[in-house]
Amino acid sequence: MSWGADDLVVRYGKTVAVDHVSVDAPAGQVTAVVGGDGAGKSTLLRCLAGAQAPLTGTVRRPAKEAVGYLPSSSGVYPDLTVTENLDFRATGYRLARSAARERAAEYLEQAGLTEASDRLAGQLSGGMRCKLGVIAAMLPKPQLLVLDEPTTGVDPVSRSGLWWLIARAAAEGCAVVLATTYLDEAERCASVLVLDEGKVLATGTSDEIIAAMPGALRSANAGGSGGSSPRASTARPEGSRAWRRGGQWRVWDPDATAGDFQPDLTDAVTVAAIAKEVRS
Amino acid sequence: MSPLARLTGVTKKFGEFTAVKDVDLNVEPGEIVGLLGANGAGKTTVIKMLLGLIGTTAGTVELFGQPPSRQTRRRLGYVPQSLGLYDDLTTMENLEFSAAAFGGKPGVKDTAIPDAIKQYGKDLIGALPLGVQRRVAFAQALEHEPDLLILDEPTSGVDPLGRARLWETIAGAAQAGAGVLVTTHYMEEASECSRLVIMAGGAVVAAGTAQEIIGTSQAVVVLAQSWADAFGRLEDAGLPVSLAGRGVRVPGARSEDVQRALGDLPAVVQDVPATLEERFFELVQGS
Repeated sequence: MSWGADDLVVRYGKTVAVDHVSVDAPAGQVTAVVGGDGAGKSTLLRCLAGAQAPLTGTVRRPAKEAVGYLPSSSGVYPDLTVTENLDFRATGYRLARSAARERAAEYLEQAGLTEASDRLAGQLSGGMRCKLGVIAAMLPKPQLLVLDEPTTGVDPVSRSGLWWLIARAAAEGCAVVLATTYLDEAERCASVLVLDEGKVLATGTSDEIIAAMPGALRSANAGGSGGSSPRASTARPEGSRAWRRGGQWRVWDPDATAGDFQPDLTDAVTVAAIAKEVRS
Repeated sequence: MSPLARLTGVTKKFGEFTAVKDVDLNVEPGEIVGLLGANGAGKTTVIKMLLGLIGTTAGTVELFGQPPSRQTRRRLGYVPQSLGLYDDLTTMENLEFSAAAFGGKPGVKDTAIPDAIKQYGKDLIGALPLGVQRRVAFAQALEHEPDLLILDEPTSGVDPLGRARLWETIAGAAQAGAGVLVTTHYMEEASECSRLVIMAGGAVVAAGTAQEIIGTSQAVVVLAQSWADAFGRLEDAGLPVSLAGRGVRVPGARSEDVQRALGDLPAVVQDVPATLEERFFELVQGS
């Protein structure tokens, strides 16, 4: 059984927050939902987690007690210690305390939180609090784990601990859906859904999204980055089909069949955003 | 030409705690210097010293060849992580206030207002989407044509195209001759910088271009029928395994060790150059 959602629509007043969006979340895989602020990621994830009902469309999700959900607000109680937060979660899900504590201890160890067990959650750094939130959501061994931007604003060291937890949940057979604004993180996931203003901008595996990119890309030295000399640079190519990346100008030609380099996921998603900008 | 900003042997202690240890750092005109590090590495303390908000315990900070002061602040543009805008003023009022505080001629230069924010001139900042607010914060920091631009996590929460446009603005300022010091948690953005400085535990642990910092560091990529089985076996062997699309990566490991840990599990094992993020971990853990 694959969890997910089909043809969801959510409105807030006149704003269409989620506009006919479908997503699959297969067991044992991590699915990324990518987009900037206001793209509709949180609304979609709330629907998947059962925290919000869509206007139309259907959500495929397991029973309530088999869903783990980390809201973007981190989902832990600041006035409880790390251990108390996890005990409380275990009680709420009616887990056997000793088994839950054993699992929690292993996750805490791997996430580098063991020494913080007796600290109040409100006094942890942002990254540590996120890791605690993910551990709490993982504790009942959910079949579907929904994580709303677990890594935003988190430093690289805590991020690595978070990714270990996420991989561990998927390795145990859980379907993981996570929101992120970063495509290098999405590239680590088995499949990717890119949202923009509530609509699907691109979807598939990273390779599929790249293969589906219309046209081709050319590049030119833009100077100033990676140690290149500013003198060697070329002027910005005209028009909205050019952008800057890693010291290069990238230019999208929608009609070309061959470019001068192989695009990656970030390039393909940028092209999709430009194509949408040009249309509107 | 002397550097726009120069830290020489700078140490900063807060009580018993040493936040910054013997740091040397230069920013030259026309270059973008990326300051990377985990939380608590000392990045924010370095920025506060450059802004003149706190002094040093030892060593010297120079901006434009002088100690930080109100005069040096005038030549500096700063975008804090929180953006530093007034929610209950409009876009134009924010820009006018800032221009007045920097002591320029009355009003805001029309050329300093990007087309993308013109239509929001009379809207209260607090009511605008974060992406627009961020453009306003950039316009505000650039309006007085600063010689040095300091950006703290400038692209947090921005979509890829929006991020490319912001980096175009940053690079434009650098090509016009300004120096830029930028902090980020995202290694993907490090490729936008001319030079990187990596801090850990208050000290500089590496500096140079991304290629120079990665050097010959390697990682092992494993593609197996079932990534979860590969993950489990490598983890049981105590290797630092991480998820990578439909496979896994083991940074800093040797392919023989990975092969041995996988045992009879059918898998393709390949040595590849480490990513900057993987190298970052080696450096931070080694410090």
